[in-house]
Amino acid sequence: MKEYIIRLVYIEMLGHDASFGYIHAVKMTHDDSLYLKRTGYLAVTLFLNEDHDLIILIVNTIQKDLKSDNYLVVCAALNACCKLINEETIPAVVQQVVDLLGHAKEAVRKKAVMVLHRFFQKSPGSVNHLVSNFPKRLSDNDPGVMGATLFPLYDLITIDVNPYKDLVASFVNILKQVAERRLPKTYDYHQTPAPFIQIKLLKILALLGSGDKKSSEQMYTVIGDIMRKSDTASNIGNAILYECICCISSIQPSPKLLETAADAIANFLKSDSHNLKYMGIDALGRLIQISPDIAEQHQLAVIDCLEDPDDTLKRKTFELLYKMTKSSNVEVIVDRMIDYMISINDNHYKTETASRCVELAEQFAPSNHWFIQTMNKVFQHAGDLVNPKVAHNLMRLIAEGFGEDDDTADSQLRMSAVESYLKIVDEPKLPSAFLQVICWVLGEYGTADGKYSASYISGKLCDVAEAHSSDDTVKAYAVTALMKVYCFEKAAGRKTTLLPECQSLLEELSASHSADLQQRAYEFRAILDLDANAIENIMPLDASCEDIEIDTSLSFLDNYVQKAIEQGAEPYIPENERSGTLNISKIRNHNAYEISTHSLRFEAYEVPKPVVPAKIPSTVTYPTDLVPVTATISEPSYQPSVQPTWPLVPVSDAGSALGSTELKLRLDGVQKKWGKPTYSSGASSSSTSNFELDRNTVNGATKPDTAISKPREPRQSHVEVSEEKQKLAASLFGGTTSRSERKQSGKVSRTTNHGEDKVQSATVTVPITTAAQAQPHPPDLLDLGEPVGYTSSYSSTVDPFKQLEGLLDLSQDVNATAAGTSNGPDLMSLYSDADTNGNSNQNLNPVNGSVNPSKKPALLTKGPSLKDALDKDALVRQMGVNPTGQNPNLFSDLLG
Amino acid sequence: MIHFVLLISRQGKVRLTKWYSPYSQKERSKVIRELSGMILTRGPKLCNFVEWRGFKVVYKRYASLYFCMCINQDDNELEILEIIHHFVEILDRYFGSVCELDLIFSFQKAYYMLDEILIAGELQESSKKTVARLVSAQDSLVEAAKEEANSISNIIAQATK
Repeated sequence: MKEYIIRLVYIEMLGHDASFGYIHAVKMTHDDSLYLKRTGYLAVTLFLNEDHDLIILIVNTIQKDLKSDNYLVVCAALNACCKLINEETIPAVVQQVVDLLGHAKEAVRKKAVMVLHRFFQKSPGSVNHLVSNFPKRLSDNDPGVMGATLFPLYDLITIDVNPYKDLVASFVNILKQVAERRLPKTYDYHQTPAPFIQIKLLKILALLGSGDKKSSEQMYTVIGDIMRKSDTASNIGNAILYECICCISSIQPSPKLLETAADAIANFLKSDSHNLKYMGIDALGRLIQISPDIAEQHQLAVIDCLEDPDDTLKRKTFELLYKMTKSSNVEVIVDRMIDYMISINDNHYKTETASRCVELAEQFAPSNHWFIQTMNKVFQHAGDLVNPKVAHNLMRLIAEGFGEDDDTADSQLRMSAVESYLKIVDEPKLPSAFLQVICWVLGEYGTADGKYSASYISGKLCDVAEAHSSDDTVKAYAVTALMKVYCFEKAAGRKTTLLPECQSLLEELSASHSADLQQRAYEFRAILDLDANAIENIMPLDASCEDIEIDTSLSFLDNYVQKAIEQGAEPYIPENERSGTLNISKIRNHNAYEISTHSLRFEAYEVPKPVVPAKIPSTVTYPTDLVPVTATISEPSYQPSVQPTWPLVPVSDAGSALGSTELKLRLDGVQKKWGKPTYSSGASSSSTSNFELDRNTVNGATKPDTAISKPREPRQSHVEVSEEKQKLAASLFGGTTSRSERKQSGKVSRTTNHGEDKVQSATVTVPITTAAQAQPHPPDLLDLGEPVGYTSSYSSTVDPFKQLEGLLDLSQDVNATAAGTSNGPDLMSLYSDADTNGNSNQNLNPVNGSVNPSKKPALLTKGPSLKDALDKDALVRQMGVNPTGQNPNLFSDLLG
Repeated sequence: MIHFVLLISRQGKVRLTKWYSPYSQKERSKVIRELSGMILTRGPKLCNFVEWRGFKVVYKRYASLYFCMCINQDDNELEILEIIHHFVEILDRYFGSVCELDLIFSFQKAYYMLDEILIAGELQESSKKTVARLVSAQDSLVEAAKEEANSISNIIAQATK
């Protein structure tokens, strides 16, 4: 039997239906033999979902097994609990599970905790009274149980932080103990002490510390310790590092930790592993929200990731870019995003990217024209996927314009929109939402400045309606647009003749199956027969952005109601007060209200105001305004003609009626024009280069080699990177090219300084070194640029220091060979070489970098100068070098 | 939280599935199809994460088997990668250099082990020794039960002779 059940599990796993055997699996759980019982439980957990009918048959067995003496049986039952017990059956077992929290076996306690956690996830209400059990279990003797307790606590803290603030100290304490390897050796994972527990603790601390200075301060030390100790060579070490970064970015920021985090991110981004790059990008995205400037030093890495063939990495990078978009780089980023959006065909992500594009464009658009173009692209490629609200927003935006009071800008915007739409409209396969926007805009503004004739526009609109004959909404939009075009023409007193294709379209629509289309067609015809004056009243030019105030109390009908009551009608009783007997006159009365609501909505078109006003129209004006409406009601054609406009009305009126004249585009406080970067690249660049300069003058004398390799870094990366990338980087991060240029120029002068420095120190030491070492060993120093010097061994990578020591101290003879007599002049030549044609040096460097990646991070980190210098100082001291009289400045600078 | 664990062979055959969030049978096969299409086609040097329907799928290849776990957006991918590795190490320790055939022929054992490592979509035990101890305790019990059954059947057989 057992074999059969196992086969059944296999069948189910392969995706076939094995429901006929479920009952046997359930039966097997009743078996006394643990062997069979276990198989039964396994099968049942794999077969059944928590809402399956057979569950009820198992609950009893589970209850019995939870009481079993054999802890293995209890374990099996607890495992099954997680999967099978649903909200209704939780009360049946929950007490037993709680009792098991005190079980002698730690495996059972651990599972009991996890089961309670699961119950909590499923229905927080049923186990709320047991929540206090979790913090207690934190002090369990067994680290496994303690670790398991972290999961429910994490969930609880996510929901509400406050009750757990007092646990911060104990969490920190536990974390410290874990990091200090106080846990049993079995919890070590690849020489890292209990990493999974560490990660969970860090997650909890991140929650507890966010926005809480006091708690955060308690964590600083332990997080710093962990980051220092973590092993960057192994995956798990990096996982902890990443979690530390997440934690740092979420708690109250500490400048020192932020620096460490930035260094760690730099290492991630520079690694060859895509996983680490991915994590680096992710971490960067988190940290950037606290300190926006750190992205700058990683720009090239970010761009590499952006162009990576790995889709996941690319996507993550876009997420990062999305987070760091400013008005200065929005164009580049959105363009990239759109390109990417076009290239993918996964609807889920297409939608996401599209909505992000729209959001960014709305927030940061540098110019109206660009905005329209961008929206066109987005709609063209993902029109059916974006939220219809976006389309309405776009229409509203075009109608209301961007500028607060600049009418010419608005009309320019409209014209550019009309022009771009006229270009696009002929393309086949436009998404419906986009076509609606096009039709609306063409109808509303197509003929506004007289550049395009009515017949041209209407011809286009007819084409649209014909080409998309299956889409009723588009057709409706097109007909209404046509109607507007002709009305405007007529109102302007120009002679209009209906185009033949327009005629045929109307005929076709009059016989349409869709009542809406039919009505629109008839209205169109009726309106065309009216005289210019009436039309102007019905369809005033550019009325879409008039503000409409809806009088919900319908006060202007008071007179009418009053009259009706005087004539013997019963007063209207609100629906909730109405009794069961509902007489007809009331209903009629009610209907009257409804009709008037429609005419009210139309009111916007009745009150043409010259300029876009704020909400001036008051309810007082309505009764008088209503008069012409009621007058026209006598015309049979009027009533229907109300209808077509109002599907459009929500566009203009939804926003304004809700009392918002606020524009969707946030232009205030944001730099408007592209090209004037808001963020001061100049200042930052000069400061960084100054900073480098400072550092180098400090370090220069004693550590010329590191000093050389440092300036090399930016150059090297710029050589590697193609022109195009550089440009991209510049546009993304704002004026970097200028920065690098500046740096370079600074460097040249600096290197000369070093050259001189070095020469001095070298010449000073020459007499001493000659005595010790006769054999010159030029390659080490001379061919710095060549890989040979670096590849040889690790010791040669630390060479610079040792050579230096060789220069300074005779007792150090490890590498003193390097400091031969000939060094002085050679060095000179080297530096002058670097001076005159830095290019040759640069060209060699990439080789150098790739050969020796282990050294790269150390050299490339732009750490804090002081800390770096101190570290190096410590290293030098360790190696037995004492400060000599030759460089008294150095140490006073560093330590003083 | 881990939503499901999936073991797929390089040919797209499913070797083990464990669902911690409710999925109907239909959804399951759809998920498997989608993911195997996505993961198996990825190159070796790309990163081990795939974004999928608002979740992230972390996968790792061991010989001809892909181990995949689906997690939430805000989970730590590297950690999951290590959980996968942890699982594999435990399998390895149990079977003695595990291979795909081990998992095919005694996949229920792999399930038992997975149950000791993950419960309700969370890592419950990060100590390899504890897991090994529990699994072997269960095994020995099973052995005992088997022997008992054998001896009883022997007795019965003898008695009926």
